[in-house]
Order: sequence, then structure tokens, then C-alpha cells
Amino acid sequence: MLRFTLRRLLQAIPTLLVLSILVFAWLRLLPGGPAGALLGDKATPDNVASMNRIMGLDQPIFVQYFKFLGRVVTGDFGNSLASGDTVISEIGRRFPATIELAVCALVLAIAFGIPIGYLAARYRGTLLDNAAVLTTLVGVAVPVFFLGVLLKYVFAQKLGILPPSGRQDVTIDATHVTGFFVLDGLLTGELDASWDAIKHLILPSIALASIPFAVIVRITRASVLDVQQEDFVRTAESKGLTTPVIRRRHVLRNALLPVSTTIGLQTGLLLAGAVLTEKVFNWQGLGSLLAEGIERRDFPRLQGLLLLAAAVYVLVNLLVDISYAIIDPRVRVR
Amino acid sequence: MLPQRVARLRRLALIGLAGALAVAMSACASERGSGNSATDTFVFGAAGAPKNFDPIFNDDGESFRPARQMFDTLVTYKAGTTQLEGALATAWTPSADGKSWTFALRQGVKFHDGTPFDAAAVCFNFDRWYNMKGAAAQSQMIYYGDVFEGFAKNEGDATGEPVYKSCEAKDDHTAVVNLNTAKGAFPDAFGLTSLSISSPDALKKYNADAVTQSGDSFAYPAYATDHPTGTGPYKFESFDKTNNTITLVRNDDYWGEKAKTAKLIFKIIPDENARKQELAAGTIDGYDFPNPADYSSLQNSGDKVLIRPAFNILYLGINQKNNPKLTDVRVRQAIEYAINRDQLAKNKLPTGAYAQDQFLPNNVPGYTQSVQKFGYDPAKAKQLLADAGATGLTLNFYVPTEVTRPYMPNPVDIGAAVADDLKAAGFTVNVVQEPWNGGYKDDVQKAGKQDIHLLGWTGDYADAGNFIGTFFGRQKAEFGFNNPQIFSAISNADAQVNPADKAKAYEQAGVLISQYVPAVPLTSSPPAIVVKSNVNGLTPSPLTDERFYTVSKG
Repeated sequence: MLRFTLRRLLQAIPTLLVLSILVFAWLRLLPGGPAGALLGDKATPDNVASMNRIMGLDQPIFVQYFKFLGRVVTGDFGNSLASGDTVISEIGRRFPATIELAVCALVLAIAFGIPIGYLAARYRGTLLDNAAVLTTLVGVAVPVFFLGVLLKYVFAQKLGILPPSGRQDVTIDATHVTGFFVLDGLLTGELDASWDAIKHLILPSIALASIPFAVIVRITRASVLDVQQEDFVRTAESKGLTTPVIRRRHVLRNALLPVSTTIGLQTGLLLAGAVLTEKVFNWQGLGSLLAEGIERRDFPRLQGLLLLAAAVYVLVNLLVDISYAIIDPRVRVR
Repeated sequence: MLPQRVARLRRLALIGLAGALAVAMSACASERGSGNSATDTFVFGAAGAPKNFDPIFNDDGESFRPARQMFDTLVTYKAGTTQLEGALATAWTPSADGKSWTFALRQGVKFHDGTPFDAAAVCFNFDRWYNMKGAAAQSQMIYYGDVFEGFAKNEGDATGEPVYKSCEAKDDHTAVVNLNTAKGAFPDAFGLTSLSISSPDALKKYNADAVTQSGDSFAYPAYATDHPTGTGPYKFESFDKTNNTITLVRNDDYWGEKAKTAKLIFKIIPDENARKQELAAGTIDGYDFPNPADYSSLQNSGDKVLIRPAFNILYLGINQKNNPKLTDVRVRQAIEYAINRDQLAKNKLPTGAYAQDQFLPNNVPGYTQSVQKFGYDPAKAKQLLADAGATGLTLNFYVPTEVTRPYMPNPVDIGAAVADDLKAAGFTVNVVQEPWNGGYKDDVQKAGKQDIHLLGWTGDYADAGNFIGTFFGRQKAEFGFNNPQIFSAISNADAQVNPADKAKAYEQAGVLISQYVPAVPLTSSPPAIVVKSNVNGLTPSPLTDERFYTVSKG
């Protein structure tokens, strides 16, 4: 198991190196540059040109890249041009917000997706099944930003029962310890702050969960239907096992294999979905950090963020492979 | 039997859990929103985070908005106007040659750190700017560079001779700023937010000049990030970057009228639609630059849309360099005759916008009715084109996308209307759209790739030089012409010390410009600021220089 994990970790290094080249080159191929955005509207073209020189952006791209790589291996991702903070501290500050949102969305998607998918398969062809399939179609088809705006319109603007955006009401004087606002409230005993953070979490989590939820329902349903036809299920039935035992031990467990892979892939996509969700809900996470970075051509921030996203993606895939190895021992043996 | 009982128990547990969830949700539903009901806190939705809090290193509205609440300048602009009034200085007098300004300073003023404001503090600030070291710091002092042109030792892009010479503290309450050359921008430019006066003690304590560079990025000193210390009606409390809010608290020792709300919070919400929804939900009390398309729905919800006096210019630039036909004044006049500016102001811009015939808003000294006027006349445009042998002339028309500015809320729409007018007058128009942050300004202002283009300017203070001088004060790649007569008329106007003489000189420059048609002035439009119905006391400023200490919540 250890060797398997180590091998996969080593494989990640060249992947990240190639990605760093791609990210670096892509940013510099974008029209416009960071100097103009940094200096603002009142800057003259001469101001901008001079700033480009000062920042070293007039040097050949490979020179810039190796300087960048030299700094990165020492852990220096530079400072965000928009905020002046180090990219590492910016990411560290925003990371809990995205994790809080993504975990909440993922839990929602799994908690509702797997049971509904399973039930849809079990009651195949019934009204329940049709309703589930239709819901998943809508879930996949409706863009996150549209769903987000719609949810806000109904629950915040019209009904006024949930806050429209942000992570916490600005008038709540909350103490932030970990950056996970719900947890912070619990840790410091400021339960009103925690409750307020939960209320802020609901709408963005639903918006972000919509796609993974739909995908999980569909995969679970299809997988359960497949497994139900397998020989070992028939064998179990003929052995005289009770239906609940067959369903739990033989059908559901085997059907969850492809579902766990899907959840891994969806985690990566969640990060992508978070960019839109966070922008719509003014959620102070990595997604909104990325969106603002792109608008302002904030090279240091974007380089740091994109490399981090790539690293997380590689890591999640690794975790999925490991969980696969745990669920299905044959993977380990091979 | 046992497994079945377990299954039954589990089912029961599940039902119980679902029930608990439902109760929790309904409890949540019964609590009404998280609206900000505190009347002593004013929450304003900002479109972006400030770069930092040291005004000298900033030139954008999002950085200036909080700075204006914490800092004072020597002179300021009367609320809702562009007229000067005293702030930290109660009187300001130029010498006869305009090379020296004497400021009588307000007495009994204290900085937020408790240190006294006096002439020595004023001189410390001026000397600090002038002596600023390092290309990284100098290059970010855009307004200082624009007004004072050079530093003690130029290390960034400034190459000019410094306008600033020295500052003397005659006594505790009299400061004299000496200049190497007289400049028309003064005294108005002394009111620029960038030239706010900071506490010398805090500047020194928090190492304010230490802007450091690492590779392609910059780090700002503690003064700029955590300890801005001015004399303004609000004091800095915190910038919570985790929740993206800036909190200022009332300065109870303020020399003027004390702030009406104890707290002023800026909540940073980059998405415009999100700002609108937060206002509707009552979680913010106001935001800036609402989309003109939303004015009526905001007003219908009871919100107050406060329209600022127009203080900007949208123009159609003409670049004479790439297209020889454009050096013929008849062709440029044809462009001006071809465009229906009244329709543009009426249909494509917010209420209160007006068609322009010169490059100055009508509330700036130097505005004149004597300019040569080119009303909408497509027949005349066709005739002029034919006379110049340029019928069917192809124009590469650069239009910015993914941007809204107070002078052009929707440039793509405006560009389309202008292109239609030009086509109707016999031009062939090739529209080139480019994202604002995707190289538009580089291409039109630096590379000069276009034949014609849309661009504009929001004024900083009521000096004609801030408009006309910025556009046509010297040879620029944006316009590609060299007209020494215009350049010297502007520099002559800029050197006038007497306000009446200055206005007259700018009127003459305006007439010359109108005859030469280096570009076509299109419109001036009023941007708005919106607040909830219970918010009172906010005066919209043409300079977007709103001070929130007068704001109260009912």
C-alpha cells in the first residue's frame, strides 16, 4: 500500500511541472497585462510600459519562467498584485471558505444522491424513478450561475429567509480562528455567528451541489441496475440470504465502486463549479479569488492558485485510487 | 428475523433524522433574514477591494472611497460640487508668480494617533512624496507623477523636472509650498485624495515608504495595509480579508461635524447583480454605479437613486497616423457631422446625459459657447467626404468590451450606434471589439492601432487642464497628430495663475481644438449612487467624492 502511494506521489511531480509551464505560458499569452490593471485607469501608456519593465515582464518568457520556478521551489509564490499580500497567505485565508462550501455541497450531493439513485433503481419505471431521472436532467442542464441567481431571488429577495450572499453578516462581530466560520462559532462559543454562517452556506451549497447530485443519482441508479443482474446476486438469493442483506452487502457495496470514482472526479469539478458559485454568492473562497485574479491579470495569484488546484486534483485522484484499493482488494493485488 | 428488526429500526432512525432536518429548516425559515437593522452602522457595498490604504500609492475609486473617510486634504471640494473649500487649510494664497502657495492651517486638529496636525506635518508629507525612493514606489504614485511630474531622484517612469521645490513651516499653522514652475492644476489639485495628509509619526513608525518588490510582485508596508492614520471623521479599525469587509469607526475627536454613524463598513461585492440583491435583502445600505437599466426597478423598490452631476467626457478618438485621409480636416469634420449625439445621449446613456460639442463638462471654467459646432448633418458629412475624395473610406473602429465606465455604461451598444451613423454618412466601418483588460487600452493608447475608437475620462478636479491637457496637451500615439499651436495654447493656459485668465486661455484652446477636430466629443453622462430609503444625508458628488460622515439611517 505504501509503495503504491509513493509511486503515485512521484508520478505527480512531472505532471505538476508540465502544468506549471502551461499555466505560465497561458497567462502571458493572454492579451493585456497586469501592469495596466495594477495602475488603474488614470495611468498613462508610459506609466504602464514602465511598470512592465519594473516587473520584468518585458524579458523573454523563458527567463521569466525560470526566475519564477526558482522562487517557487523555495516556496515563494510572490505577492498578489491586487492585494499586496503573499499568494500563500491569500490562498491560506481563502482555502477554508472553499473547503467549507465544497464539503457541504458534496455531503448534500452524496446524502441525497446515493439514496435517491438507489431508490430509483429499486423502483425502476415507477413515478419515483421518472421523477428522479427528470430532476437529474434539470440538475445537469441548469447552469450554476442561473440556479444561484434564482435561489437568491426566491429565498433572499422574495421570501427574505436566507441571506443573499457572503459568508457572514458584516454586523456580527465574529472571532475567526480557523477560517471555517461554522466551526469558529462552535469553538469560540459564538453560536449566533455559527448559525449565521450556516444560513449563508445553504443557498451556495445547494447551487454547487446541483451537478454532482445529478451525476451521483444517475451513476448510482445505473450501477445498482447493473449489479442486480450479476450472477453473485442470484447466488446470494439461492443461498437464502434475506433481501436487505443482499441489497446492502452485495448490491449496494458493489454498486458503489463506480460511484466512488465519480465522487472523486466530481470533487475536481466542484472546484471548477466553485468559481461560478462563489462569484454569484460573493463567497470569499478560492473560486472568487481566481475570478478576480483573471479580471485583473494578477499573474502571481493566478500562478499560485492554478498550481494549487492542479495539485489538489492530483491528490484527490490519488485518494480515490487508494479508496478504490480499499473497497476492491483486487486493485491492490494487481 | 433479527436483520429485519435492525432494518426496521434503521428506517425509523432515518425518518427521525428527516424530521429533525425539517424542523431545523423551518426554524431557519422562521427567522427573518439577517438584515442589518443597526442604525448606527452604515454598510456600503464596494465593487472591489482597495489596493491598500495609503492614498499616495492609489489612483482608483475603490481605494479612494475608504481613504476619503479617514483622511483629509489641505483643500477639498464642497459637497456635491467641484468648488473648492477649506479642509485642513482654512485659506490658501498663491504668490504673484504662482510658484508659491501659502496655507493657513486649521488649529486644534489631531491625527488619529493623537499627534497634532501642524505645518511641520504638512511639510513632512510633501517632502515624503518628493523624496520617495525606489522605482516600485514611485511608479505607483500616479497622481503625484501627474501633478508634480518628477521626484528628487527619478527612479521610475517619471523623467520630468519636479514641479515641487520645497516646503517651509513658517510657524505651527502656516505652511508654504514652493514650486519650480507655476501650474494651472493648483490649487484644485491640492484636494486630490492621493495628496491626503498622514500622521508623520505613523508614517515613520510603520515604515510607510517601504514598497518592496519580489519578481513581478510588490509588498506594501504596514502603514498602507494596517495602520492608515489621517485626521478624517472615521478611523481605521480592520480589514477582515476572510470576510472581505473593511470596518471604520467614528473619530470622536474629529475637528468638523462628527460622523452620524458609529461604524462604517465596506462590504466588498465584486458582482453587480449580487450588490443589487444584497441591497434588496437589506444586508447593505447602498452601493455605487448601479446599472442605468436598474434605475427604475430600484426606485420602484423605494431605494434612492442619487444622480451625480455629470463630470466626464466620452469621445470618439481619431488616429491620424495610420490613415492618410484622416489628416484631412474635412474628413474629420465629416465624422463629427455624421454622428447623432443627441440620440446617443437620449437612447444609450442614463437620464441626465447630454450631447457634447467640446471636451469639457459644462461646469468647468474654460467651457465656452464659442467653439465651432458641428450639429448632426449626414448630408454635409457626405458632401465633405466627397470633397476630400474619401467617399467609402474604411475606418477601423476599436470598441472596448467587458467594461462599464461612468461615461460609457455599455460601450458595445454605443459603438454600434456610432458605427451605424458613420455608415449612413458614407463611411465603411470595420468594428474591432477588444476586452478592456485584454489589451484595449494598450492597443489604442500605446500602439495606436485604430483609426477611430471609443474612450473617455472622468475628471479629478475642476481644472480644464485635467481634461483638455490630458487629451491634447502633447503628441500621443492615441491621436497621432502634431499640432504645436494647440499644444502651446494648452501649456499657456496651464501656466495662468489668475483663475479668470486661466478660464479665458482654456476657452481659446477649446476653440482651436474644435476647429482642428482631433477627436469628436460625444457625451457627458451622470453616474449614480444608490441607497436604501431609510438612508439620509448623502450628497452625490460629481467627483465621486462622497463623504459618509453626514449619512444617517432612519
